[in-house]
Amino acid sequence: MKKTLSVLLAAVMLLALCALSGCGSSDTLTLNVYNWGEYISDGSEDSLNTIKAFEQWYRETYGQKVKVNYTTYASNEDMYAKLSSGAVSYDVIIPSDYMIARLAQENMLLPLDFANIPNYEYIDESFRGLYYDPQDTYSVPYTYGVVGVIYNASVVDEADARGWDLMWNEKYKGNIVQFNNSRDAFATAMYKLGIDVNTTDRAEWERALAELKTQAPLVKSYVMDEIYNMMESGEAAVGAYYAGDYFTMLDAQAEGVDLRFYYPERTNYFVDAMCIPSCCQHKELAEIFINYMLSEEPAVANAEYIYYASPNALVYENEEYREELGEEAMEILYPGIEDFSKLYNEYAYQNLDPETLDFVNTLWESLKIA
Amino acid sequence: MKTASKIYTGLVMLFLFAPIAILLVFSFNDSKSLAVFSEFSLHWYRELFRDSETLGAVRNTLILAASAALISTVMGTAAAVGIHKLKNRYMRAAMDTVTNIPMINPDIITGISLMLMFVFVGRLFGAATSLNFVTMLIAHITFCLPYVILQVLPKLQQMDKALPEAAMDLGCTPMRAFLKVEVPEIMPGIITGLIMAFTLSLDDFVISYFTSGNGFQTLPIRIYNMTKKTVTPKMYALATIIFFVILFLLLLSNLTDSDTAKAVRTAREKKRARRTRPAA
Repeated sequence: MKKTLSVLLAAVMLLALCALSGCGSSDTLTLNVYNWGEYISDGSEDSLNTIKAFEQWYRETYGQKVKVNYTTYASNEDMYAKLSSGAVSYDVIIPSDYMIARLAQENMLLPLDFANIPNYEYIDESFRGLYYDPQDTYSVPYTYGVVGVIYNASVVDEADARGWDLMWNEKYKGNIVQFNNSRDAFATAMYKLGIDVNTTDRAEWERALAELKTQAPLVKSYVMDEIYNMMESGEAAVGAYYAGDYFTMLDAQAEGVDLRFYYPERTNYFVDAMCIPSCCQHKELAEIFINYMLSEEPAVANAEYIYYASPNALVYENEEYREELGEEAMEILYPGIEDFSKLYNEYAYQNLDPETLDFVNTLWESLKIA
Repeated sequence: MKTASKIYTGLVMLFLFAPIAILLVFSFNDSKSLAVFSEFSLHWYRELFRDSETLGAVRNTLILAASAALISTVMGTAAAVGIHKLKNRYMRAAMDTVTNIPMINPDIITGISLMLMFVFVGRLFGAATSLNFVTMLIAHITFCLPYVILQVLPKLQQMDKALPEAAMDLGCTPMRAFLKVEVPEIMPGIITGLIMAFTLSLDDFVISYFTSGNGFQTLPIRIYNMTKKTVTPKMYALATIIFFVILFLLLLSNLTDSDTAKAVRTAREKKRARRTRPAA
């Protein structure tokens, strides 16, 4: 009895040792990529599997095998928690703007060597010097998006479809859905009232809360993901979401539902960008990966798969891509790219200080309880 | 009264199985929508089998569940035998309590504490990454272990103590007596423990989430991470397949169960018949 047990224990220990020292061949490089779920072209629907394509391209170009370990996260905060636990090592991550600012501030990002990323030149000028990375040291923009209002034209009068007022219109009581997270929900009221969404003035936040409280009786429910099914089925007729996601809903709308989209004057913008965290093990390889993702074929494949706008000129000037999307979709996804940086720096969410964040969350609770 | 109870049973069945039925139906939908069923197609099944990332996650999940179940069954059975042999009453109570802790501990606490320990030990040895397949395996064994012990221990208590003693009396070594007499006697407990450990490991999300490292991601984590965009109907297809595989296994185990039960019964009857014949 004792013998078998000790044999077993020894086997387990050996296994553990093996894992620690990393048995297995050493001539294959490993690149750990950590990205949002469903945020890269994965070969479905006859698209290009950009990860596999990179592995193949690298072997052909450099004559060495590389294995991309691709894993996903569900939110910036999840990614931050994993990264700051110090237990993992990633080579490329793709966080959103405010998270990049936070990571940079906490010295968790490495400055990029742009000599290895020549394709950076195709990134539009208006994506340089954005607030989260003012010197363009840490990040290469991957996608961006703008929040707009989605409405069902078979319920909503065309004349009412303008500005944030539509989401406060009594005519559509019980047909309106609002964001179920404090930052996005408050922002709709603040853009409507013309308040700076990054203000630290508590009176302004209270004012936005009052606006949300007048909206509350009209709201069918507070939703995140559920908005897809509710808009597609016609269960709800008015809601705000990202332009790229509007097309996903449009693809799946039920009969008799006629979804349309417009941008209010003031609204939120986001940028997700590729970065190299300080725990990176193969910095040059990571930069080569980033550069590859900026080249035409994979960048177009990713943009077509994700359905968010791309800051890469090789994508938005690509004929095939423009044709695939159609003129109307191009206009919605790329609304005036020229003054992007100005609008972005003025209206996009920035990191709030912890006290303000706490205060906003208390206000949010009071709205949800009422 | 009778109709009322029938309606009640019907309602319970409805609430239990309607979600699965909806999932099943929409996995055969041609479009992406949950609102409209456009036409029957195997589109999402085709897409599923082309999605190498998801298939990789399925493979990871199965490897992890199988190894965690096997190891925790062996360790759990050994532990149960040890606990059963304890003579000191207080010691036994203490062991029982210790075994129960991982079971009643909220998953989130088990997950975080395991992660902290792995990170701490990893730092101690100066490893750059301390979370990997092995840490996930250790975590899964940790939470499966008490369930195996809890399945095996009652079988040991039910067993006639005289049986292994008789075997040793007749010349068996203790090891042989254990393997030939005790193990077959407690086998149902071991099998149930194994199956339970496998299913627990298969659908664990919280603990896996905290202890997963780069490169090894299980299916529940992958599905959770799809929430930035919507969960694709590929997952409905996958869930449908998993549901039917499990249903098949369940039917199989029930069938073999009743088969063995029948076999045992007929064997017993034969034996009795044989015994009574000479007397007659």
